[in-house]
Amino acid sequence: MTGAVTLAIFVVMTVFAIRYRAGSPADRAHPPAQNRWVETAWIVAPLAIFLAFFAWAAVVYAGFYTRRDGAMTVYVVGKQWMWKVEHANGRREIDELHLPVGEPVHLLLSTQDAIHSFYVPAFRIKQDAVPGRYTSLWFTPTREGEYRLSCAEYCGTDHARMGGRVVVLSPPAFAEWLQKGNQNAPLAARGFELFRRKGCSGCHVNSTVHAPDLAGIFGRVVHLSDGRSLRADEAYLRDSILLPKRDVVAGYEPIMPSFQGQLSEDELAALVSYLKDTR
Amino acid sequence: MSYLEEGFSLRSWLTTNDHKRIAVLYMLAITGFFFLGGAAAAIMRLELATPAGDLVSAGTYNRLFTIHGVVMVWFFLIPSIPSVLGNFLVPIMIGAKDMAFPRLNLASWYIYVLGGIFTIAALIAGGVDTGWTFYTPYSTRFSDSNVLLVIAGVFIVGFSSILTGLNIIVTVHRLRAPGLTWFRLPLFIWANYATSLILLLATPVLAMTLTLVGLERFFGVGIFDPALGGDPLLFQHLFWFYSHPAVYIMVLPAMGVASEIIPCFARRPVFGYRMMAYAILGIASIGFLVWGHHMFVSGQSMYAGIVFSMLSFLVAIPSAIKVFNWTATLYKGSIVFSAPMLYALGFVGLFTIGGMTGLFLASLALDVHLTDTYFVIAHFHYIMVGGAVMAYLGGIHFWWPKISGRLYPEMLARIAALTIFFGFNLTFFPQYLLGWLGMPRRYHEYPPELQLLNVLSSAGAAVLAVGYLLPLMYLGWSLFFGKRASDNPWRATGLEWQTTSPPPKHNFEAEPVVTTGPYGYDPAR
Repeated sequence: MTGAVTLAIFVVMTVFAIRYRAGSPADRAHPPAQNRWVETAWIVAPLAIFLAFFAWAAVVYAGFYTRRDGAMTVYVVGKQWMWKVEHANGRREIDELHLPVGEPVHLLLSTQDAIHSFYVPAFRIKQDAVPGRYTSLWFTPTREGEYRLSCAEYCGTDHARMGGRVVVLSPPAFAEWLQKGNQNAPLAARGFELFRRKGCSGCHVNSTVHAPDLAGIFGRVVHLSDGRSLRADEAYLRDSILLPKRDVVAGYEPIMPSFQGQLSEDELAALVSYLKDTR
Repeated sequence: MSYLEEGFSLRSWLTTNDHKRIAVLYMLAITGFFFLGGAAAAIMRLELATPAGDLVSAGTYNRLFTIHGVVMVWFFLIPSIPSVLGNFLVPIMIGAKDMAFPRLNLASWYIYVLGGIFTIAALIAGGVDTGWTFYTPYSTRFSDSNVLLVIAGVFIVGFSSILTGLNIIVTVHRLRAPGLTWFRLPLFIWANYATSLILLLATPVLAMTLTLVGLERFFGVGIFDPALGGDPLLFQHLFWFYSHPAVYIMVLPAMGVASEIIPCFARRPVFGYRMMAYAILGIASIGFLVWGHHMFVSGQSMYAGIVFSMLSFLVAIPSAIKVFNWTATLYKGSIVFSAPMLYALGFVGLFTIGGMTGLFLASLALDVHLTDTYFVIAHFHYIMVGGAVMAYLGGIHFWWPKISGRLYPEMLARIAALTIFFGFNLTFFPQYLLGWLGMPRRYHEYPPELQLLNVLSSAGAAVLAVGYLLPLMYLGWSLFFGKRASDNPWRATGLEWQTTSPPPKHNFEAEPVVTTGPYGYDPAR
């Protein structure tokens, strides 16, 4: 479409350039200085086409950022210069990401240092991993195979070497792959252990201190003390651990201490994973 | 006595208040920086001829693209047309004796040079590896290169931009000749005026942002680094609030140049003059509202992305109007393909390709794939190099008789224009395909299957280098041996062609009076 319009402009320019070259016998009587109808037409027509493109692309884009129920969450941490991946059952990998074909995937990205960008050209997806927050992207791999994985946001000396591959397997092959190799305890179990060791459970479970109970928190609408309300997602859980004074739940005092600097990205992932599961 | 004969000593040049001499000082300085930035690009293209990183180390490569970006953006492109051609022509085109603030004008050149010294000092001290975008927290915490020196250089050169912008705005408002109403102004003046407004409004935001980066890096004040309580996305918002309008700082004056050259060599008035002027103002104002399209995958809200995408499509409308109107200006013209015309038509063609591929990037879902790849590199080089540099060179050729009093060798100039056009396309068109295939930008190494396109691009860069060296040589030659130019060698309208070539110190023997609009061309004559 754009190619056709570009070509049309070039053809018209070339035709005019040849037809009206100096010394050619073309008719030059009454060159128009302006023409309201022509000008209006070439404002309105592109505008209509542009808005159509805009709407189409926006709908597809919104699909990348709309939560898909039942999507498999993969925790991805960028660091100079590698991608660290952990699956819910504790299976870990570095510079590789194994996925089952046909299953919706939720990438939950974070970074330990500079900004990185998780880029799989074959999937047409890219998302920055930003320090101090979670970013998310949803997609579904549709074909088995191996695809290139890169870092697309400049992150220092070995930026060009940061990456590897995404391997899309059939569901049975993926299930088998999940059970072998570099294996930790499941994320949520480690999160439960941290939840007690770091003292979270002291206030948040059956406590006399005034703190909200966290059972079934994930996905619930939370009303905040400043009148806002939001749906509890991974980013909210993370912020509530690291920046507890930012979103205070209505009816509670802002007395929770910040855990900024006391939890690694891996530990945060475990805690968030536990909080998502707790009922 | 022409302005060139007012004094021959170095001192007479370095202490001049004459806008024309200051323009020449700028021209010399930015030409030096252009070839410095070009040399960095040449080494990069050599490195990328093979997939492995074998010519320079990764660290060196990162310093090369940073210095290429910093030098080309702030020390060449932004001052190119406004500070050289704008400085030289704005007062003459509106019938004034000089800029409104001649001493401030000279001061802005010295500020530019001071900023340049800081930047070159940073280069000598080992360079910078943050990229010209200085993204935090990499620039404030992780880079161990000379970030502060370069930031200081860019901060300083920003003031030169601000002062030049201020000067042009006041000059256009206050010093127009009797009878020269706003809608009798040449489009070149409209373009430089709108550009100056952007310079004045946007550059302080850059200065402030870079100051904050310096504060965070040096004193650990937490602004952008989340470990200190800051927000890295805040930096991106502030940076692009300046740096997107900066693209229009580069391309609006280029549009102004094309709007002078095309009517002159098509021998007919520009089509839809008023719409052209409104389009300039439209681009300058909507251009302030689209910065978020650099951040569609940065983690900003999806809804922000949708709004910025729509506004980005809207800003394309006035650009499209301009392309259509230039094309319509050719209709029923009597076209002479002189060197400036070849540059101007080349500008329109390359700008069109750059603008059309900009629509790909404004489309949210496509941008997710294409952003931060070579597609973006190709897109903005089509706008900035294919657009702005082509127009700058076209303008230099068009007004060369006025600036130097000499004619350049026409045949050589046409060959150079075609060489640049061909070399440019060979360099940058393959980069669109590389981006489409998923080659990220700022890559020192790349997968071997992308080598063919990279080799094509590198070969194009060699052609392009020859194309850029040609004008440097024959224009230098023509300064001493070129044929003397008459006052109006192109039979052009416009006040600058009514005075002598080169003009006297105060531009006109008697103050001109304007009675008609611009572009009084007739294809029959």
